[in-house]
Order: sequence, then structure tokens, then C-alpha cells
Amino acid sequence: MHLTSHFSQLDNFGHSLKVSGYLLPVHNAEDVYEAFQLAKRLGLTVTARGTGISYNDVSLNGGGIVLDLRGMNRILEWDPVAGVVRCEAGVTLEDLWKRIEPDGWWPPVVSGTMKTTLGGCLAANIHGKNNFHAGTFGEHVTEFTAMLPTGALVTCSPNKNADLFYAMIGGLGMLGICLTITLKMKRIYSGLISVDAWPVPNLRRHLSDLLEHAPQYDYIVGWLDTLAQGKHLGRGQIHAALNLKEGEDPRARDTMKLSYQHLPDRLFGVIPKSLLHYLMNPFLNTAGVRLINTAKYLASLRRHTFRESHAEFHFLLDYVPDWERSFGRGGLIQYQSFLPKETAEETWREILQLSHRRGLPSYLGVTKRHRPDKFLLSHAVDGFSLAMDFKVTATHRARLKDLLQEFDRLVLAGGGRFYFAKNSETSAETARAFLGEEALDKFKKLKRRCDPHGLLESNLYRRLFKDD
Amino acid sequence: MSDSPKPAHTTPLTPRRCGLIIGASSGLGAALARQLAAPDTSLALVARSKEKLETLCRQINASGGYSLAYPHDVSRYEEIPDLLRNIVADLGGLDFVIYAAGINLPPGGIDRYNFENDRRMVEVNLLGAMAWLTPIAEMFQAAKAGQIVGISSVAGDRGRVGNPGYNASKAGLTTYLEALRNRLSRHGVHVLTVKPGFMKTEMLKAAQGPTPFAIEPERAAQDIVRAMRKRKQTIYTAPLWRWIMLVIRHIPSFIFRRLSF
Repeated sequence: MHLTSHFSQLDNFGHSLKVSGYLLPVHNAEDVYEAFQLAKRLGLTVTARGTGISYNDVSLNGGGIVLDLRGMNRILEWDPVAGVVRCEAGVTLEDLWKRIEPDGWWPPVVSGTMKTTLGGCLAANIHGKNNFHAGTFGEHVTEFTAMLPTGALVTCSPNKNADLFYAMIGGLGMLGICLTITLKMKRIYSGLISVDAWPVPNLRRHLSDLLEHAPQYDYIVGWLDTLAQGKHLGRGQIHAALNLKEGEDPRARDTMKLSYQHLPDRLFGVIPKSLLHYLMNPFLNTAGVRLINTAKYLASLRRHTFRESHAEFHFLLDYVPDWERSFGRGGLIQYQSFLPKETAEETWREILQLSHRRGLPSYLGVTKRHRPDKFLLSHAVDGFSLAMDFKVTATHRARLKDLLQEFDRLVLAGGGRFYFAKNSETSAETARAFLGEEALDKFKKLKRRCDPHGLLESNLYRRLFKDD
Repeated sequence: MSDSPKPAHTTPLTPRRCGLIIGASSGLGAALARQLAAPDTSLALVARSKEKLETLCRQINASGGYSLAYPHDVSRYEEIPDLLRNIVADLGGLDFVIYAAGINLPPGGIDRYNFENDRRMVEVNLLGAMAWLTPIAEMFQAAKAGQIVGISSVAGDRGRVGNPGYNASKAGLTTYLEALRNRLSRHGVHVLTVKPGFMKTEMLKAAQGPTPFAIEPERAAQDIVRAMRKRKQTIYTAPLWRWIMLVIRHIPSFIFRRLSF
């Protein structure tokens, strides 16, 4: 294997972090095995990467080997009667829903973009807008196979190798490389979903509406105007959606067609959306975002109900292609905190006010409702999450770093947690504090068992878990 | 490897640049290492002398930089692939490379010849550069990113009576760097050729005859770092040499071969 010609400069979803390593394409278990052998012989470390759209350093490995799993993209089995699918780890959510939707099924948990691979969904144990009742991605995995760095092939399910099942889901690819995943899909009876949208005037109403209305819906998500201050602090708009029941959509036969789920590639039928991020760029500053947020909030004051396709409702991040480019050269990062429902309001009030006082406001805020789960490195709580996007520029990096460290202290004091596919600046101490010694020791014990030579390492692993 | 504190982890808010300097223990290489040392830069320093390298690393690490020492003789070509891979792994990536290794072994007079000296100069000044820059060019081309700096010399611009072997080694290096630039610029890789005149280093002592416009290596290092930032193609340092060499390059041969410098 000639490594030098595989040298690649890889980045994160927000294009705010560039790290070079050797990107090796793998197509099957033998390729993965050979990569482990090569790494061991050369004294290099290995991490897995799918489409590379996590917000942080989880799929980066500076100076080491990065396995490119995009070639493992076969849907191996699909049973449209039972709704069970078995896929290779490099299959994306897009590949998956496009295969199953015409048969009347939808992935049980999806991210805000359809570009994610299932291996990535499993490694990060992603959540969707239905986390409060459907739980995380891992709760719908019935079985998966993985190769450990020792070369052993393992099959894991809640009944078989259960300790590995609950640790590798959400284990950030640090125990083994997931090869195939078996997943149970969710039944749908229409290509449309019914959405209610209403405004919330402040943070208290924002959170209480999420809490009270969630049980009546399948999905709930809030947009939070991160620039609103004073009595408007935390204002925003809630979108809550219900899947249509059998017979509710008279045109179900048409709406279930794949062509109906197509995201339009032009805005107002005129402007190619691939150019839109250039038009957005001039507004990606505090004044521009204030203008847009105010307009958006005023427009949201009309409470309304509408139906849209599943793809439109779920994959908002794909609505404007390359939207993250509009943040400019420095790119963007996301800070997502998970707080118990008792402390969320107070903590986020402080966080939002602090970001205003420092002159470093977030440009986009998104809220969700969550419930706990039993995975080892879980990010979930019985409460809410707030995801905040921050623009990164050369002049404010250090100040933003300080600000996020203060956020971490506030979140920890509120009994909160963090999500490893998002935050890029979390320290090892913070991870230890929210995961707890017991969970961390259990994870490290499994790490030693699965990976005795320490072959699996990513930049994230070195940042959060490595003792030296 | 020198004892040094671990640097901050590479994150969007604490990005790091990773650089490799070959020929870093003294003269211009050491001045460049000091000039480029910064809290957000990881440096791998390669040179023959372990002691000198470790002293330099200690100085850099004590003043807030982060550097690692790799003792190596550039003419041991077979060691390079493994060493380079280890360096890239230790640094956590590679963004720029400076080839500053160079020796000047004059034959000892304008009527003397010394093949051993000439061979040694070609081995270090030219073949060493090719041995190091071949895998690096391949990596940067694949990554579509990176910066290569080669320290050539004004001595490569013309063949003169004093030191044919040195002239040839530096002319070869200049042309090699130009060819690399022509190959790599289309892949987004920047190649900078540096042509220093006289510098107040160990090498100056070897020079015969007058050494006009000699500058401190620190001054040259500043010029080079600025040229890297501005992504220049070729620079002379001190800048005055651009004009001197413009004249010298245009001296017709019937005059040039009668001159004694």
C-alpha cells in the first residue's frame, strides 16, 4: 500500500477545521482488516469516516489513517413486509429512504441532513426531532456486525454481546468499525406529513410549549431567535408534525411516489439553490442575522397548519445546498447543550445573555425535546437541547473559546450533557464530569479489550478520552 | 525526541499549522525555526546534530512554541519514507516543508578540483532535497494543499570560477523547485524558491574572497516567512540581490569567463 498518494486534507461539516491524514477507501471486511494490519505495522492510528459531515473532529485523524467507508454502500436486504433493512455502514440516509419510502416506510430516526451514513448515525447515536418518544437511532438497530482492531468479527444486538451493543452505539468508532447494520423502519401511510407552526414569545413559553405539546405529536422542533433580548429572549417558532394515519391522505398513492419527495433545486422556480449560499453570505453578520431573524419571527406570528413531504420536513439542512459555505472562510461550529427540564430555562437564559454581553451571538438556535436512553456514552436527558451555530473568524477565535468554556461550566452546573457529533471544543475534564467516572471506566475497559494495541484513534478520541 | 509539553488539541477555535524544517540546527534553518515558532504551530526539526537540535527545541518550547527533534543525515535517503511518516503522525498532519539543508565545500582555489567535495554537495544540496521533496510533493498533490520552500542560492544563477560543484548543486535545486512549482501549482500547492546572497553563518567562513551585503540569517528568515504568507514564487534575500543577479545573469560569456569571481 502506497500511503503518500492517499494523503488528504479533510474537514468538518462547518469547514472550520482542516486536518490531514491518509484517506484509504475500504469496500469490505478484508479491506478493513488489511488497514488494521498496515496501521499496526507502520505504527499509525485508524479512524472511520463516512460522508464527513459531523460538526467536529470525530472523523478526522491528523497524520493517521482515515478509512473511507463511502464505498460500502450496498443495501443488502430489504423486507417491505416486516420493514426491516440490512445495510452496509456506508449507506446514507438518502440511499435508505429513497429505497423504502415508495413501499410505505420511513427511517425511524433521521438527522437534519440526509447525507449522513448509517455507520456515522450508529457511531454518534444520532437523534431526530422525535427523540422524546422514539429515542435515539440505536434504539431501532436490531443487530449490527463490526470488525474489532484485533481482526475479530462480532455480531451485536441487545441480547448478544449486549455490553458492546450499548457501547459501540454512540462509541464514536473507537471500539471497532461497524460493517453492517440491521434496522427496523417506521410505517407511513402518506408521502406527506402534517405540520403545525406557531410562535412562542419568550424562553419560558418556548420550553413549556415543547414540553406540553410534544406528547400530542410525532415530531417537535423549535427555532430560537438567538439575537432577541430582554423580554423577547428565547422567542421563536415551534414546528410540530404528525404522520398522517391510514386514509387521511386521499392522494396517498401519488404522494408516496419518490418524485413527490424531491427537494426543489430552484427558489421561487427561478434562482438555482446551488447559488443561494453566495446570496446568504452578506447577511451572515450580526446586523444581517438580526434583520432576518426579526422578519422570520414576524412572519411566524401567523399560526398555521400545512402539509409537506417527508423529505422537506426532515432534511432542512439540505434545503439550501452548501449553506454552511455562507459562513465564509472561517466556517462555523455548533454548540449543543442538553439540559434537564428543571434547569434548562435558567441555564439557557444565562448562556444567551452571556453571548450578547460578549458581543458573540449565535446566528441560529434550534431546540428539541429529549428523553434519556441506556447507551453508555449517552448525551440524552429528560429535558431539552439547544443547538447554537457560531460563525468562526480569525479575530474572535480566542474569545469564542473562552465563551464556550463558560457555557460548559453553566451546563455542567445545570446537570446537562453534550453530544459528540456536534461540540468541537469540549475538554476531557468536561466529558469526564458529565459522563461520570463509572461510564468512562467501563468504556475504557471495553476499549482495552477490543483494541489492545490502541489502533483506533481520532482527533476527537485524543481530545476527550486518551490518557497520557 | 525532546521533552516538551503537549500542545493544545487542534479544534476549529485552536487551529494548528504543522511544519517540517530539514536542516534546522544552524544558520538559516535555525533562524527559520525560531521565526516560525508560535503557540499555534507544531514544528518538526530535522538535522544531523542531535545536541544542537535538542538545544534549539528546548529554546523554542520554553518560549511558548512546540517543536520536536529528529536527528537525521539527509544523504541517508533510505531512512526518509519511514521518518517522514513518523513525523507526520507525531505532528498530526503536515502543512508546510522547508528544505534548508545545504553545505558549501569549495575545492580550495580557482585552479583546484575536488570530486569528493562536489559529490557531497550534490548529495546534500540536491539529492537530499529530491529525496525529501518527492514523497512530500506526492502527498501535497494528493491533498491539493501544502507549501514547499526550498533554500537555493544566488550561486545557482551562474556558473562561476570559484566553486563549480556548489553552483551546479544549487542550479539543479533551483530548476528542480521550478519544475515542482509547475507541476504542483495546478493542484493548489505553493512552491517557493529562496535565493539568499551572503549570510553571516558558518557557511560564510568557507567563502573565499569578498562577501558583500552579508545579512543576519534572522533577517533572511523574516523575508522568507513574509514570502510564504504572500505565496511568492522566487525571492532573493537580501532583496538587493535580485538586481545584482539581474546584471550578473546578463553579463555575456566572453566577459564572464575572464572574470575572477
